[in-house]
Amino acid sequence: MTDLLPLIVAKYNYWLYVILMMIGLYAMIAKNNLIKKVVGMNIFQTAIILFYLSIGYKKDATLPIVEVGHEGQEAVVRALDYINPLPHVLMLTAIVVSVATFGVAMALAVRIYQRYQTLEEDELRMRLSEE
Amino acid sequence: MHWPIDLIVLTFVIFCAIAAISVKDLLGTAILFGAYSFMMCLLWAIMGAVDVAFTEASVGAGVSTVFFVAAVFRTSRRTKD
Repeated sequence: MTDLLPLIVAKYNYWLYVILMMIGLYAMIAKNNLIKKVVGMNIFQTAIILFYLSIGYKKDATLPIVEVGHEGQEAVVRALDYINPLPHVLMLTAIVVSVATFGVAMALAVRIYQRYQTLEEDELRMRLSEE
Repeated sequence: MHWPIDLIVLTFVIFCAIAAISVKDLLGTAILFGAYSFMMCLLWAIMGAVDVAFTEASVGAGVSTVFFVAAVFRTSRRTKD
């Protein structure tokens, strides 16, 4: 028990990301409103993006833009001085995908509302069984 | 990454997430979700991922909120949970 607490405190960001992810999962499973479910999905996606970006972070490193070595000069670039840009590029794609899913989900919610006059899942199921 | 700033903004993010899924008005959810996206973008700027933070600020906090408000305007604000 005594060695567990420093372990949790040392990696506090990962624990908080997992909490954020579970908030999104709870909203996706337990919420009754369709739009709340979509918000839960978005929270889950951003939590995963956050996790990946924190993996690429390095202590005492700067932004991944090389400042030396222009105009034909020779210069040594140490990889340790720069944050890893690979997760950034991958997660940039994930953000674009997430906004596309969000737009499609909102369009579907509007269509469902136009047809059934409700966004609640239980009422929707009732209307479907009536037909 | 200065850890107190990181911890404070992360706490704000979690509060915004809980508030966005538990508020009983969908327009309130839209605004709280915009605040959540902005806090997330701040967190990424702290982490040094400025390109991702720019994209999230324009796409997550901007376009998503507009989509959300437009969808709520065309449907209803009412929600049971």
